[in-house]
Amino acid sequence: MNLTLHVWRQDGPDRAGRFETYHAKDISEHASFLELLDLVNEDLTRSGGEPIAFEHDCREGICGSCGMMINGVPHGPRSMVATCQLHMRSFRDGDDIWIEPWRATAFPVIRDLVVDRSALDRLIQAGGFISVRTGSAPDANAIPIPKDDADQAMDGAQCIGCGACVAACPNASAMLFMSAKVGHLGLLPQGQPERYTRVLDMVARHDAEGFGTCTNHGACQEACPKGISVDFIARLNRDVLAGSWKAATVEAS
Amino acid sequence: MRRVVTLYRSSVGKKILMAVTGFMWLGFLLGHMVGNLKAFQGAPMFDEYAHHLRVLGEPILPRTGFLWAFRAVMSTAFVAHLLLAWQTSRQSRAARQSGYRKREDLNFTFASRWMRWGGVFILIFVVFHVLHMTTGQLHPDFVEGGAYHNLVTGLGSPVVAALYALAMLVVALHLHHGVWSMFQTLGANHPKYATLRRPLSTIVAIAIFLGFVSIPVAVLAGVVS
Repeated sequence: MNLTLHVWRQDGPDRAGRFETYHAKDISEHASFLELLDLVNEDLTRSGGEPIAFEHDCREGICGSCGMMINGVPHGPRSMVATCQLHMRSFRDGDDIWIEPWRATAFPVIRDLVVDRSALDRLIQAGGFISVRTGSAPDANAIPIPKDDADQAMDGAQCIGCGACVAACPNASAMLFMSAKVGHLGLLPQGQPERYTRVLDMVARHDAEGFGTCTNHGACQEACPKGISVDFIARLNRDVLAGSWKAATVEAS
Repeated sequence: MRRVVTLYRSSVGKKILMAVTGFMWLGFLLGHMVGNLKAFQGAPMFDEYAHHLRVLGEPILPRTGFLWAFRAVMSTAFVAHLLLAWQTSRQSRAARQSGYRKREDLNFTFASRWMRWGGVFILIFVVFHVLHMTTGQLHPDFVEGGAYHNLVTGLGSPVVAALYALAMLVVALHLHHGVWSMFQTLGANHPKYATLRRPLSTIVAIAIFLGFVSIPVAVLAGVVS
């Protein structure tokens, strides 16, 4: 296949960026999207150019590093896959493809398609610890957990922190990411002691990092390569409501 | 109050307060609509109803006491809803300063896209509506206490009637996204009932639109005269 790529190039965090056009020729339809970029980079290197910087690691859809905006959709046109799992057979010969980094104040561009997602790490840190007894490993299944709760917690735990929800959100809100983390711990008995302080601390951090507010469009859920549902956002909202109630009661007493 | 302040401090809490104030206005709209429909029962019934709103709570409360208390609560909710919308919009705009060259709007609905500008339109309409039907400055032939007369002469012009119909369309769109959004924001997503939230929003939006628009249509058609 022959493709025309329009790629965002930016030399550094404080440099102005621009789109550059590249012609990718004879690309196999079995190539992954990252392999396409590898091939373009090989050509660029051979001709003395600077290769396109993009983040990637596992290339099997679990590390969450390879996010990029492809034709206006995070991770490209296929649903429930990360960019590394997207193959060129999802495109047609002769297509124009626009490739941009995530755009959010909380995700500053480092170079080309690479953005700094450490705001998400700080969000997790703000959630703090869970109280568990240390010492020898507890017996498996010592704490009974209803199957439905375990399944739902697992759905939340599938989040790979790629930032596609933030990228897709018209408000650049990290609500889906945060709600997946909050829901994952909040559904399990181990997450109960700090359940409400955790959610309030995380929301405060979320706002301080410069993410936007949720307007319930649901774009995040469509963009999520792990199919995490906005039901988690409703759960988060419920915990914020209950948590604010409890926090005010504690303050008052 | 302390709880309200705690909520107000966070973006999620701001949205919860928006959901509550929005719910208060949804309740008001439903009541207002049912009241309006009394126009179909003729002038005496409608004027009696309008008069009753003023003396409600008498003699325990002073005359128009309940009315003013109610106005104060609803105005506060209105202003709060507006300020919260403005604040959260500002936070969101700051969260993405440079946009995408190309973007697909994933899962947006027409209604969700127009929440903010629709809200601004509703604000302008409410100011017009109060000056038109409550205080009468913008009314061609306003009679103090003559609710039925004011309604018929006020909506007799096709242009004004069309403006009311357009406003109700915007309100219906606002509710179509707003009611679903309210459930979501208050965390009401019980697995058994969550799938009913979208249809319920649609039904509420359609009911509000038809209920309100039936009045100017009936006036223009001569059914209410």
